[in-house]
Amino acid sequence: MNSIAIQVAPAEPASVPAEGANVPDKLSIHDLSFYYGDTRALHDVTLSFAARRVTALIGPSGCGKSTLLRVLNRIYELYPNQRAEGQVLLDGVSILRAEQDLHLLRAKIGMVFQKPTPFPMSIYENIAFGVRLYERVSRAHMDQIVEWALTKAALWGEVKDRLHASALGLSGGQQQRLCIARTIAVKPEVILLDEPTAALDPISTAKVEDLIDELKQDFTIVIVTHNMQQAARAADITAFFYLGNMIEAGPTNMMFTNPKDRRTLDYITGRFG
Amino acid sequence: MSHYSKRLLKNRIWLGLSVAAAAFGLAWLVLILAVLFAKGLAGLSLSVFTEMTPPPGSDGGLLNAIVGSLIMTVLAVIFGTPVGILAGTYMAEYGRYDRLTAYVRFINDILLSAPSIIIGLFIYEIMVVPMGHFSGLAGAVALAVIVLPVVVRTTEDMLLLVPGKLREAATALGAPRWFMISRVAYRAARAGVITGILLAIARISGETAPLLFTALNNQFWSTNLNAPMPSLPAVIFQFALSPYADWQRLAWTGALIITFTVLTLSVLARVLTAKRSHE
Repeated sequence: MNSIAIQVAPAEPASVPAEGANVPDKLSIHDLSFYYGDTRALHDVTLSFAARRVTALIGPSGCGKSTLLRVLNRIYELYPNQRAEGQVLLDGVSILRAEQDLHLLRAKIGMVFQKPTPFPMSIYENIAFGVRLYERVSRAHMDQIVEWALTKAALWGEVKDRLHASALGLSGGQQQRLCIARTIAVKPEVILLDEPTAALDPISTAKVEDLIDELKQDFTIVIVTHNMQQAARAADITAFFYLGNMIEAGPTNMMFTNPKDRRTLDYITGRFG
Repeated sequence: MSHYSKRLLKNRIWLGLSVAAAAFGLAWLVLILAVLFAKGLAGLSLSVFTEMTPPPGSDGGLLNAIVGSLIMTVLAVIFGTPVGILAGTYMAEYGRYDRLTAYVRFINDILLSAPSIIIGLFIYEIMVVPMGHFSGLAGAVALAVIVLPVVVRTTEDMLLLVPGKLREAATALGAPRWFMISRVAYRAARAGVITGILLAIARISGETAPLLFTALNNQFWSTNLNAPMPSLPAVIFQFALSPYADWQRLAWTGALIITFTVLTLSVLARVLTAKRSHE
């Protein structure tokens, strides 16, 4: 009798509520437009990301999905002549305002890129790099954080004997999981994934997808993907972009079985893109 | 003759011509090295490294010239390298899209190819004339002016080779720009920047013209930066043109030492660059 209760209890929070209706929004975007110089790449996008859910952004190349991601941590500000207009709220607070501390914003909103980007240093140092930006920790505590992050990223078993070897010697799939570990080591609230498996083989892709599923218990995840099967497998909510417009967004199974917009249907059935 | 065999013949002719041209070019280099070794080795002995430059007709070495060259080269690198690395960092990182960077790059390229005698004349005007005498310090500054554009150029080039995604990755973790540059970009570009410094040293170790106006020369042992300082190239210049056979022999030996140094630095630079591409 007892065992049944134990099995039932943890199953509940893991199952996704049907519509995500009572899940609060972690991030919400209102009338967001984005410009590369004079070229407008996003047109008045309004969209919300539910807390501890995976939201996939899909659409053909050049539709603005990666651009949107790059607004959320304001990484676009590395480059001149790029600007965003509109509102982006993180827990109800605007992040586009000028006085927003960018370092703190990026501590809360982590990002993983399409191509693995290990730093030219050891595996251990790659993880410690981000942690040291925010806190001064003892060697022993750092060891714990590194182990925790690598375990969380399903990489610990493969690298625990060569933590001080160069990260550049890892395989592409391992490098990408290292980058995810590095991101979560900072303990962000939101993780942005920009086509995280586009440069990986199928086995590594499966590992990263499992990882995403695992991570959504703790983090709000936004993933840009070209791969519709990936969106269908990994995402709770899917948003379809086309030519800089957000066409429609909804629970993933609805989007893939019964989209409201003709263009969404055409895209997911492979008629263009 | 078929079309195919014509083409084959054309190929042979062109191949023959290119091989001949390459051999012609290489032959001069081999000749220079051969003469250098033949003439230079004759005078090479321990005393070259332990004794001072002699008056004509007596025995001696090149110790004061070697030490003078070392002092001025090291100082030139100490003066020129930090400024060069910082300027290159500005151009590749902070000011990559600024108009100022384009101007600086253009001027730097001019400085890179400026005849070194002009640099010597410039330092003569701004340092030697006001100070009233030649000095090792002026020589080091003249050499630093030659080091500077080489380091600026290689630092910028090497930092530009660092993938932008690596910068984005560090920035996305919340790293401030200076931290991203010093911990990630420099580390990724390190081998290339060191190679640039080595090539700059190779470049200045044979420079004579800028030293003639600045450090002049010195027949005696001198480590005083405020006085004329001997250097290998200046001694070679003076001794090779002299009518004394023993001086001429020392000049050849000095030339051999410089060539060997430059060769070693170039090989070292090659090895470092090769390592980088393996990573």
